[in-house]
Amino acid sequence: MATITSPVKAESRDLNFYYSSGHKALKGISMALYEKRITALIGPSGCGKSTFLRCFNRMHDLYPGNKYDGQIVMHPDNTNILDSGVDPIEVRMRISMVFQKPNPFPKSIYENVAYGLRVRGERNKRVVDDKVEEALKGAALWDEVKNRLHDLAFNLSGGQQQRLCIARALATDPEIMLFDEPTSALDPIATASIEELMSELRNKLTILVVTHNMQQAARVSDYTAYMYLGELIEYDDTDKIFTNPGRKETEDYITGKFG
Amino acid sequence: MASQVLQKPAEPTISARLAKNVRRHVLERVIEFILMLAALSAVATTISIVVILLYESFTFFEHVSLWDFLTDTQWTPLFENAHYGILPLVSGTLTTSAIALAVAIPLGTIGAIYLSEFASHRTREIVKPILELLIGVPTVVFGYFALLFVTPLLQRIFPELPGFNMLGPGIVMGIMIIPYISSMAEDAMRSVPMSMREGSYAMGATRFQTAIRVVAPAAISGIIAAYILGISRAVGETMVVALAAGQQPNLTFNPMESAATITAYIVQVAMGDLPHGSVGYQSIFAAGLVLMLMTLTFNIIGHITRKKFRETY
Amino acid sequence: MTTQASVLANLAEVRAMIRKHKRNDFIFSIIGLLALMLGLLTLFTLFIDLVATGYPRFSLDFLTNYPSRKAAHAGLLSAWVGSLLVMLVTFISAVPMGVAAGVYLEEYAPKNWFSDLIEINVTNLAGVPSIVYGLLALGLFVYGLGFGESILTAGLTLGLLILPIVIVNTRESIRGIPIAIREAAYAVGATKWQVVFHHVLHYASGGILTGVIIGMARAIGETAPIITIGALTFIAFLPPSPVSDVAPFINVEWLSSGFTVLPIQMFNWLSRPDHAFHINAAATGALIIVVTLLMNATAIWLRYRIRKNIKW
Repeated sequence: MATITSPVKAESRDLNFYYSSGHKALKGISMALYEKRITALIGPSGCGKSTFLRCFNRMHDLYPGNKYDGQIVMHPDNTNILDSGVDPIEVRMRISMVFQKPNPFPKSIYENVAYGLRVRGERNKRVVDDKVEEALKGAALWDEVKNRLHDLAFNLSGGQQQRLCIARALATDPEIMLFDEPTSALDPIATASIEELMSELRNKLTILVVTHNMQQAARVSDYTAYMYLGELIEYDDTDKIFTNPGRKETEDYITGKFG
Repeated sequence: MASQVLQKPAEPTISARLAKNVRRHVLERVIEFILMLAALSAVATTISIVVILLYESFTFFEHVSLWDFLTDTQWTPLFENAHYGILPLVSGTLTTSAIALAVAIPLGTIGAIYLSEFASHRTREIVKPILELLIGVPTVVFGYFALLFVTPLLQRIFPELPGFNMLGPGIVMGIMIIPYISSMAEDAMRSVPMSMREGSYAMGATRFQTAIRVVAPAAISGIIAAYILGISRAVGETMVVALAAGQQPNLTFNPMESAATITAYIVQVAMGDLPHGSVGYQSIFAAGLVLMLMTLTFNIIGHITRKKFRETY
Repeated sequence: MTTQASVLANLAEVRAMIRKHKRNDFIFSIIGLLALMLGLLTLFTLFIDLVATGYPRFSLDFLTNYPSRKAAHAGLLSAWVGSLLVMLVTFISAVPMGVAAGVYLEEYAPKNWFSDLIEINVTNLAGVPSIVYGLLALGLFVYGLGFGESILTAGLTLGLLILPIVIVNTRESIRGIPIAIREAAYAVGATKWQVVFHHVLHYASGGILTGVIIGMARAIGETAPIITIGALTFIAFLPPSPVSDVAPFINVEWLSSGFTVLPIQMFNWLSRPDHAFHINAAATGALIIVVTLLMNATAIWLRYRIRKNIKW
């Protein structure tokens, strides 16, 4: 990978993952996320890309019986966030997530964005106000909602809700942000605005995005990983993956012969 | 052989089948009609309840003015100088119900949150059947418990507490209603979509934060429906109060006093030998009508709230 | 760029906060479990108290004696026989009707205002206080239809009371049967009733039975409506036997007989000031709890087994 100039923010080392059913969903994945870069995960459905993404904030811990084997190490502190001694809550405070379907809480727009701060025990109204405004601006939603911050979040359109969820995730200054197919429930116009937003966020933090849409990966990401049946087939510069893939399987998938 | 079969005249067979079909068809309709009658029995029961309560109350109100019924502060149908003011019975009913709810709402809610958000699958599998068992315990034994166990216990703390009081039965009724409220509130919280919980956990929230700040607010109308249906149960509960709260109508909201509830009054009259058709006899129907209106109101509000909640998710 | 030192300092702060929050989680889960177990604890205490108090009456005599003015000689014979006979009427009146109504609502009823009306009625009836059923019975069965304060009246009253339970459980177990089973039966030429009778009812029978048991357990412990219909509480005789030794061997006189049932007998003893009768009440209470808990436990176990065994 010739063009890599950025330091590594997090890397998985020989990561295996087993669902409680016993199904081995990830098979020895080793790959690095680079700081302030966007990495996309592509592959046919069921290939394990979402499973992999959800390892980064220990989402699998919510369901009993799931098992990790291997490491995900965060830099610069070298913490293995999969270590059983590391609290998943700590991991989630450092790595935030945006979901496939917008999932705002049944609260006001303001309280949705402030949620992470409240969870951290922040009581100072000035601080919360400032952070909420900053996050909403960062998610390109401020102008649309600044006059109705105390309306219920459910009243927003789908695309606005997803940007609200991004603002919610931004408000706590995460080091990494995970996007799990963030536009699959949205119309093309809303999708375009989310993609634009992701490109802007690149300057602030490290992003890992799962997408079922190859054009999206090509448009927004710096690096792309192709996964198939729980394995990492190829990981390289996005340009390289889409123009000159190193593996036959990747090429078949990219060109639509398969998947 | 095959040719023989072919030579068989076809016509009679078909008409015979047709005839059978007609019979079949008629039979099917008859069965459907019978089943429908069975289903209508629910409607018939409701109508009967309403008609009987209204009819007997109507005769009652020929003797007692509605105004006196609603404003008189005494209920003494068995005295020479009979008064028929429903207020003392209503105050007794509301006081015992309020005590019960003061116990059942906090504990039921906490229990529901625990079951829905904290308990492991295994714990839930054990606890839920126990709750169901508790709901099935006959109330007359809880009446025994209130009268002969809880009240003596309370008298150690409050020596001046009379043997019949509203506090003891109120508390026992509350404990009876906890499983009811927690299992309904738990249902409501469990139907909050997982994506909402994931959203909260992904922000680094703990279980408690997720439960209190996201799941409970999302399920609030379902939880309130559970409360309202709980109130309705407390208001209609009979044996515990009839046994342990005393049967003297008493216009008071003081839990340390004895008082009769609407239900306890009905029991008291039914056990006596008031002649059929007397004003005293009809008074229990008037009391029953008030009770029915109270519980019906709570039930309707409860079910509407619940339905609205279900439509959200 | 974040330095290692600043990240680590920040992490230490975050960890301290998480520890605090986790403590709240732990405390809450203890409180939650206690809140839920309060009911169980109460039931346990109650049962121990009943057994400890009623202990002197635990003997066969208690089951074979009639009530008496002397507490030590009083027994439950008329009460448990009465309970059995009342339950028989309740079963016969509520179960066929409830199951039929449930079948109609699930399989036949068109989805319109009519089925909505019935549905609203069933839901509301389930929430009507039991004593109101007593008033209904007093006005309708005792005086309106002239059944008097009889086993028939009591059985029918409790039958109406548990009707919503039977209907709701029937509907729920029918709803669990996949449409494919019905289609398979239709495909071989079955009529609607044949589909319902041969298949739907057959597969739903376990669930229906569960509902019936829960309903009967409820009925056996119900006190208020039976008091309201004016059931006598001092009954020192047995109703005529339902079975006779001459043809047609079945006797219906018992239906119009006076009666008492277990919870009424308990209530009666409990409302006497003499403590000796409270002992009788406690022994009766223990019996009632055992019977209802056993019935409910059977129902819950049955439902659990059905859920486990049937995977459509």
